[in-house]
Amino acid sequence: MWRRIFALAIKEFLTLLKDKRSRVVIFVPPLIQLMVFGYAATFDLKHVPFAVFNEDRGTVSRELVAAFHGAPSFEEVARLRQDHEIAPMIDSQQALMVIRIGPRFSADLLSGRSAPLQVIVDGRNSNTAQLVVNYAQAIVKGFNSDWIASHGGRPPAAVIETRAWFNPNLESRWFFVPGIVGLLTLLVTMLVTALSVAREREQGTFDQLLVTPLRPGEILLGKALPSFVIGMGEATAIILVAVFWFHVPLLGKLLTLYTGVVLFLLSAIGLGLMISSLAVTQQQGLLGAFFFLVPAIILSGFATPIENMPSLVQHLTLLNPMRYFLVILRGVFLEGTPFELLLEPFVAMAAIGAVALAAATWLFRNRMY
Amino acid sequence: MNERSQQKPSAAAGKSAMRLRGLIRKEFLQIFRDPSSIAIAFLMPVVLLLLFGYGVSLDSESIPVALVVEQPSADTASFTAAFNQSRYFVPTSYASTQAAESAMMAGKVHAVLVLRQDFAQRLRGPGSAPIQLIVNGVDANTARIISGYVEGVWGRWLEHLALARGESLATPVRIEQRVWFNSELRSRNFLVPGLIAIIMTLIGALLTAMVMAREWERGTMEALMVTPVSMHEVILGKLIPYFILGLGGLALSVAMALWLFDVPLRGSPWLLFGASALFLLTALGMGLFISTIARSQFVAGQIAIITTFLPAFLLSGFIFDIGSMPAIVQTLTHAIAARYYVAILQTVFLAGNVWSVILPNVLGLCVLAVIFLGLTIRKSRKRLE
Repeated sequence: MWRRIFALAIKEFLTLLKDKRSRVVIFVPPLIQLMVFGYAATFDLKHVPFAVFNEDRGTVSRELVAAFHGAPSFEEVARLRQDHEIAPMIDSQQALMVIRIGPRFSADLLSGRSAPLQVIVDGRNSNTAQLVVNYAQAIVKGFNSDWIASHGGRPPAAVIETRAWFNPNLESRWFFVPGIVGLLTLLVTMLVTALSVAREREQGTFDQLLVTPLRPGEILLGKALPSFVIGMGEATAIILVAVFWFHVPLLGKLLTLYTGVVLFLLSAIGLGLMISSLAVTQQQGLLGAFFFLVPAIILSGFATPIENMPSLVQHLTLLNPMRYFLVILRGVFLEGTPFELLLEPFVAMAAIGAVALAAATWLFRNRMY
Repeated sequence: MNERSQQKPSAAAGKSAMRLRGLIRKEFLQIFRDPSSIAIAFLMPVVLLLLFGYGVSLDSESIPVALVVEQPSADTASFTAAFNQSRYFVPTSYASTQAAESAMMAGKVHAVLVLRQDFAQRLRGPGSAPIQLIVNGVDANTARIISGYVEGVWGRWLEHLALARGESLATPVRIEQRVWFNSELRSRNFLVPGLIAIIMTLIGALLTAMVMAREWERGTMEALMVTPVSMHEVILGKLIPYFILGLGGLALSVAMALWLFDVPLRGSPWLLFGASALFLLTALGMGLFISTIARSQFVAGQIAIITTFLPAFLLSGFIFDIGSMPAIVQTLTHAIAARYYVAILQTVFLAGNVWSVILPNVLGLCVLAVIFLGLTIRKSRKRLE
């Protein structure tokens, strides 16, 4: 029986890799995408373009503006002289933020009063807007404590001392690169599995397979094996790039990480083969692949936290293997989570994989037309 | 070719129109026979928008935090009360820092706030009393947002404290923030227009990625070649039916954004429609191009999976700010049609008809449409390999 499965697996390898275009498509783009996405996916703002509208003639306002210049996250693009120049600046996205300093700014501060600083932010991307406000607040906070230190006055009664665990500099790349490992592993598995049964059906070779002594379960196993080997290989390559190129710390054990990779591949391959067995044409297979891939990624917690979703959608994500894989990846990479704390996601992925593979076998046998 | 060029131009045009009508009719028959195209155009936008419109949000509310008060007093009570009132936090009290930290390790809370034993005493002293905030930095974005919220609560609490003591609050510079276009910072307002761009990218590519490859694979392309139709007519015959289908899906998406998700539309609906039609053309062009170079449905499907969704998701400015990416990656984003469309959608929906944003992006879409359709025509000559 194993010889038969092995022979089928070799045949599957050959069909996947004999076409030069297919060969290139499976191996080259995922690695290129890892490099590009690794740099693109970040919530850390750099060079935020801002404009200054300073009505104050004193030196204090100049110090404040200098504090903004000194921050690497901001880059001044314009000096405004008129009130009505603000709107076009923001509208045209030339500046993401305009800081406006009123005419009595220096006078107020020097006489010990509190002075307002107006910060106008483009809210078209509300997440970026919120981050810009946070960055500006940090700069003003620093300016305030310097001012109190040099000009006297009572420091605030209480101050917050913040420490961040696992990621002291709050680099969002550390959060996203392990996520991209999951994204691309899923993508490669879908590339290899989603169209494979549908193609046999459409080309008529499916019937030939059925008259061989192979049983449906064996045929499926033969189809799953190459996907598994390719998926393991690419996942390893991607993990190597994450660690050695992007320098994301890998604190946990490789055994824990690879248990996650193996279980994730099983569940993803199971779902891919299920979609493929359900499809009669390759067009339907492709549609099915997207109908799974897109929600699996967007509702995985990759970019937006699952906790922010309404509870109905949160329950839906329990069916998503990607959700568990991301927990494992981020845990093992950044927190060094030990094996026993990840039992829950391991079991969930194994269950999804078992159900999907069983469903694929059943569909394979019962959907003959 | 020679025969046709001798005919009168009007007669030739009439015949061409007739052939085109025939091709379009054939394509529509094929669409109705395999309902997956109709599912792509109408079912996909509804399902995906419902799922994502409700599911995707960057607005953190009810964040679980741990509060550790080592020595309860009236001052610490007023501080914890400020947290209980905030809609952003769900505080839980822990007896010791250790217990709170292990709760954070287990993922039960995202942050730990510690008021030390001497808090009340130092609060009344000349210096500042420290409040320790430990955040889980794994999700750096959420961590930053949490620390921003904590500072907001802290600032308001300080004001109350100063007021109660009859002092003036001595914050030298106060920030007055004005967020334009989306003053409540409702993330759905920018995520839903961005999702339309992603969904339309998928629809465009999915509809056409396989249609040319299918003709090659099944040998019907050879049958078409022996007929008098030209390659232009074949491509137009593919483009027009799917363009009509895609417009239907687009109208559905916009309607859902406006009436289901209450995203304001501040620009002109006609501008939205025009830009969307242009984007659809680009997306379909990209699909046709994939289909033409792949020649087999299997490879076309693989290319479509790789080149459409993830680039549109990560490189379009939908979530991640393009301006903060490294220069090389920023240059690469210019090849992603969704980038221009996301900029247009976010502006037309939230800001209005800002021509200085819209025109360059429309131009970008035009260039890409010409490139994709031009390459498709170049690559698909009447020739067998």
